Amino acid sequence: MKRLFALWATTVGKKVAMAVTGIVMILFLVSHMISNVLIFKNPAHLDSYAAWLRSLGPALWIARVGLLGAVVVHIVAAYQLTMRARRARPIAYDRHEKQVTTYAARTMRWGGVLLLVFIVFHLLHFTTGTLHPDFHPGEAGRNVIEGMQVTPVAIFYLVSMLALGLHFSHGIWASFGTLGFHNPAYNQWRRLLAWGVAILVAGGFATIPAAAILGYLK
Amino acid sequence: MRLTLKVWRQAGPADRGGFRTYQAHDVSEHMSFLEMLDVVNEDLLATAEEPIAFDHDCREGICGTCALMINGMPHGPKHATTTCQLHMRSFHDGDTITIEPWRARAFPVLRDLVVDRSSFDRIISAGGFVTAPTGSAQDANAILVPKDQSDLAMDAAACIGCGACVAACPNGSAMLFTAAKVVHLALLPQGQPERSRRVLAMVHQMDAEAFGGCTLFGECEAACPKEITIENIMRMNRDLMRATLRDRGDREAEALA
Ligand code: HEM
Ligand code: FES
Repeated sequence: MKRLFALWATTVGKKVAMAVTGIVMILFLVSHMISNVLIFKNPAHLDSYAAWLRSLGPALWIARVGLLGAVVVHIVAAYQLTMRARRARPIAYDRHEKQVTTYAARTMRWGGVLLLVFIVFHLLHFTTGTLHPDFHPGEAGRNVIEGMQVTPVAIFYLVSMLALGLHFSHGIWASFGTLGFHNPAYNQWRRLLAWGVAILVAGGFATIPAAAILGYLK
Repeated sequence: MRLTLKVWRQAGPADRGGFRTYQAHDVSEHMSFLEMLDVVNEDLLATAEEPIAFDHDCREGICGTCALMINGMPHGPKHATTTCQLHMRSFHDGDTITIEPWRARAFPVLRDLVVDRSSFDRIISAGGFVTAPTGSAQDANAILVPKDQSDLAMDAAACIGCGACVAACPNGSAMLFTAAKVVHLALLPQGQPERSRRVLAMVHQMDAEAFGGCTLFGECEAACPKEITIENIMRMNRDLMRATLRDRGDREAEALA
């Protein structure tokens, strides 16, 4: 534990924490996305998935606390490093021509904030039902279909998934580097893997609000 | 050719500073960028204005002293080229050129375009000594180093410490510099005895100097006149993790944490 704190004390260590917590969140989102798209097969699938999750009992709570912990550590590190970067250049350049920075890399911070807003909204929407027009506890499939009929909400989901895909595309690529994995033999595959996972996960999620907007999900 | 120069002027560390515009006439395309500034300064000597202060030493691209942000790019538009090796043929007649100092809290401006880079020196001295004997030359084949390892080590050792990586980085991070210095020793047998202590001490010093963190934008690599790659940062990250999580034990390292 002492060693983990020693690592956290460095800027490199905070990035390591972001990479590890990011990967934890990504692994969760991969499974979450796969179970979500089952709604196209039959809305009841989502209900049984939700019921199965709840049947896990204490294990579900461990997973929830773990995910919440990952989100908190990720955000605290992001905040601290962002503030540090601001302080590191108190006087801006008159001209600064970025050569290779990608759009995804440039939007990690504000994109991350959008994802945080999204996560809070999403939990109030489908977990607690606070922001749902017609919430029925236990009927996850029905709640999703009803909830997505509100077009502005479905559009917000789509935009958030775009942000998620961008965040993943830089995040997954960067986490290899942060964790020190690099090898000329597979370096070129890192970008491809990052974009592949980003498009698969964000695209998979996006099919649901997209189908609702186009009238296929009723 | 004729050029318009927009140059940062600042009388001293406490001065607010600001841009001034100068006209440069009769600039030959064969001049280096610094020679062009020399000519502008000759003209300024004839007026009441102080010549423009800028850093330079070898003018051969090997010492790392020259350091100008030219049109928003460290060392100007030419890839893998220091300011002193940049020639005016990289510009066109009638161009306006913006010249600024490196901008970082850890590189305070001393005067005009000259910044204080002793934060880099402190990172180097935090790295300490190697215990490998360096006095008398030993038999060339006494220590075997695989060719690919020595190539990577030599690539990292090409860093001239100019600070272009910090200047280019949107986070004002010194990771590329520190990584180059950590990695060239970490890859060689002579660097092994102090490997963990060195990476811990140098990263802690880097953080203490108020540089920003790394987000792997890649701007440092693009700006580096010696083509140091960001793979070195990845190597250093792994070294730091290993040193902190596994090898820590020697007291000096404990004291740092
Ligand atoms: C909740 C709000 C979030 C904020 C404020 C946020 C912010 C950030 C920031 C600033 C970075 C560093 C960017 C860089 O170093 O280039 C980052 C990296 C990353 N993020 Fe997020 N993020 C958030 C949510 C997420 C989510 C939900 C996931 C995945 C499910 C995620 C996965 C990652 C990964 C894998 C990295 C890469 C770490 C690395 O560079 O090694 N983030 N995030
Ligand atoms: S003056 Fe020595 S590298 Fe440019």
